[in-house]
Amino acid sequence: MKRKLKKREFLIEKLLILFAGITIVTTLAIVLTLFGETFQFFKEVPILDFLTGKTWAPTLVPKSFGVLPLLVGTLMIAVFSSIISLPLGLGSAIYLSEYAKTRTRKIIKPILELLAGIPSIVYGFFALTFITPLIRQILPQTQVFNVASASIAVGIMTLPMVASLCEDAMMAVPNSVRNGAYALGSTKMEVALKIIIPSTKSSIASAFVLAISRAIGETMIVAIAAGQSPVLTFNPLESIQTMTGFMVNMSLGEISQGTLEYKTVFAVGTMLFFMTLIMNLIARGILYRNRERY
Amino acid sequence: MKIICNNINFYYGSNHALTDLNLNIEENKITALIGPSGCGKSTFIRTLNRMYEHIPKTKITGEIFLDGENILTDSYDLAELRKKVGLVFQKPNPFPKSIYENVIYGPKKHGLKNKDALDTLVEKSLRKAALWSEVKDKLNKSALELSGGQQQRLCIARCLAVEPEVLLMDEPTSALDPQGTLKIEELFHTLKEYYSIVVVTHSMQQAARVSDQTAFFLNGEIIETGTTDDIFTNPKDQRTNDYITGRFS
Amino acid sequence: MEKKLIRRRRLKNALFQGALISIIVFSILILLLLLYQVFKVGLSHLSLSFITSMPSRFAARAGIASALAGSIWTISLTILFAIPLGVGTALYLEEYANKKSWFTKILEINIANLAGVPAIVYGMLGLAVFVRFLNFQRSILSGALTLALLILPVIIVASQEALKSVPSTLKEGSYALGVSKWQTITGVVLPYSLPGILTGSILAVSRAMGEAAPLIMIGAAGYIGFMPKSPLDSFTVLPIQIFNWTSRPQAEFQDIAATGIIVLLVLLLTMNAIAIVLRNKYQNRMD
Ligand SMILES: Nc1ncnc2c1ncn2[C@@H]1O[C@H](COP(=O)(O)OP(=O)(O)OP(=O)(O)O)[C@@H](O)[C@H]1O
Ligand SMILES: [Mg+2]
Repeated sequence: MKRKLKKREFLIEKLLILFAGITIVTTLAIVLTLFGETFQFFKEVPILDFLTGKTWAPTLVPKSFGVLPLLVGTLMIAVFSSIISLPLGLGSAIYLSEYAKTRTRKIIKPILELLAGIPSIVYGFFALTFITPLIRQILPQTQVFNVASASIAVGIMTLPMVASLCEDAMMAVPNSVRNGAYALGSTKMEVALKIIIPSTKSSIASAFVLAISRAIGETMIVAIAAGQSPVLTFNPLESIQTMTGFMVNMSLGEISQGTLEYKTVFAVGTMLFFMTLIMNLIARGILYRNRERY
Repeated sequence: MKIICNNINFYYGSNHALTDLNLNIEENKITALIGPSGCGKSTFIRTLNRMYEHIPKTKITGEIFLDGENILTDSYDLAELRKKVGLVFQKPNPFPKSIYENVIYGPKKHGLKNKDALDTLVEKSLRKAALWSEVKDKLNKSALELSGGQQQRLCIARCLAVEPEVLLMDEPTSALDPQGTLKIEELFHTLKEYYSIVVVTHSMQQAARVSDQTAFFLNGEIIETGTTDDIFTNPKDQRTNDYITGRFS
Repeated sequence: MEKKLIRRRRLKNALFQGALISIIVFSILILLLLLYQVFKVGLSHLSLSFITSMPSRFAARAGIASALAGSIWTISLTILFAIPLGVGTALYLEEYANKKSWFTKILEINIANLAGVPAIVYGMLGLAVFVRFLNFQRSILSGALTLALLILPVIIVASQEALKSVPSTLKEGSYALGVSKWQTITGVVLPYSLPGILTGSILAVSRAMGEAAPLIMIGAAGYIGFMPKSPLDSFTVLPIQIFNWTSRPQAEFQDIAATGIIVLLVLLLTMNAIAIVLRNKYQNRMD
């Protein structure tokens, strides 16, 4: 009986370690599968052509594998969506932590959470059927699929994340820090801008980087609203293709393993993985280096 | 002798918390541990049921004999030890379950399943803890609805339900009001008929009122042990005298 | 002079506050607009036959039966894989692991990084490992395993938070009765942390339910004309069905895409609401 119990305890612990180990296996599997196919890809396509080429036409004849159009498309979405998500997210956080009463906060936070819980496919639909027509009314030269519309939707989608990360950091600033300033007659705005933001700046920076990383990896919104035309342009009113958009587009058709198309998807995926990984590491590095202490 | 401690040394990492302790605990007696804060009373009482095993980097040397068997050896089964040596904490810590569930928690985990046997056990344990009359009509109510004093007696009942031989209590009344304290002190007298009790207390009066034996701790050492009468009326060591007369706290 | 300065500072503050409030109002407005847009376009097609019909070449006859069934199948299996794995990992990290060991540190860094990997990359993993290597094909099983890995980090982190909230005095109370570690976990730790674990898990699962990209990567079909009967059947899910309709040029299909979105949102909002209620109850208990 006692032996049995001890053995059970031992086995359970081993089982739980095994469970935990699956997360590591997942990472290894991601890296290995991405690397494997990408390695094969670069056997057929010179890495320099891939990174510096300005024409992306992997399925046309003649094939061309210059990834710059996809990269620029992706970065445009990241930049333009940031114009919405960063200031609005930060502003919401300041309002929630410095101005809002507890009751107001209890109403607004769930609304932001709902906004965060809406699937990207729904934002995609919203972008295509509402934002795009709106933009086209104001700027008629806008194409049906365009960067601006997708960026706005991506920005709205990532806004709650920025707000919630920044607010958490701001709420952690003890009231004693604020009270000192209020005692000297500072207004709420002065406290927010001169005390709260400076003392939470690393959390804010980290939230910003994470939001940009999310925008880079966002898929369905851009697949629906930004278009599928891999042209190198900096005009937000034109149609483009992002890295994720390309991956989805390829997967909609049948692509069989071993073909160059298949490998191309993995090469682009690897690039995406590294871009987001580096940004996530930067985000955590910022936090780790300047842990806020009070 | 129920428990004999030989040369106990205890370490939290590099912090040497107990030094060369020797103490005997008599059967069916109440032994009080007194001493200023931080002197190692809680640390010591937790060696008697090896609670320190849940704190990383602790180390113990020496021997503790319970009924002649050294409990500090690996072969001494931890579950058996803790069934025999129960521990009641400073702050009442009932589980967020019903009163009934709290009492049967231990026995059930140790394999008792018979409903009648469990019912009997609940009544018996609650009676022994002088709580039965107050809760018999609301056994299925949450334990968290009880008063602090009742919660502490429930914790005692929970402990008694696994049928221990020794009861360790670490300042069991320090979080209670005078009424709750009184109830528990009364309880001591009936409990000692069945159990050997070790109680940590900060109250000289409590030690004098309830205990038979007293040990005075200072800086991880036992300065003096003896019958409670002797320690309080005729301390041999100056430091004991200083402490019980309140010259340092 | 002095007074004028103070008045200017007050004015600035009021303007600032006004700007912040408009940001909040903007967010709320967007949510309302989005819902309005979806309902305006989609509500007229919502009917029982929309839910019980298969997709069709004719928008008027098309329904979501196979997609809804696919979503339910996939999500059920995802829950089956992800919650035990996630809670188990959290238990290991909080109750067993030596917090200072390098293995634990690697685990925690790794989990944090996995949480930031884009969903579509999990789709590639699923494609390479589940669809091809393990040869589960483009099946519900492949989809569920992919989604399970995707939400695993979220469940782990949420469960860890819930486990951290269990007072150590309760655990000690259990240990002091001679109760073993695992029995203490099932007897005290899990019951106490269950609401927190559930809240986190529901939010994670509802995220999985809205995902389309990783399932498109593993090759879930855009058109399925039958009800899936086993985990090895090919399948589609609601978000993919919606995507399929959205990307067709005909306006009628956009309309039924909106109808599909209504169904998806109702499912998700119900799950979210349950999670929020659970959490509020839980917070009240903690106060
Ligand atoms: N978990 C722990 N880790 C490290 N050191 C500890 C731990 N618990 C206690 N100590 C140290 O061991 C010494 C003895 O502490 P202990 O809690 O046994 O004192 P005590 O006599 O019970 O005091 P009090 O009357 O305040 O309860 C103290 O110096 C304390 O700092
Ligand atoms: Mg103590």
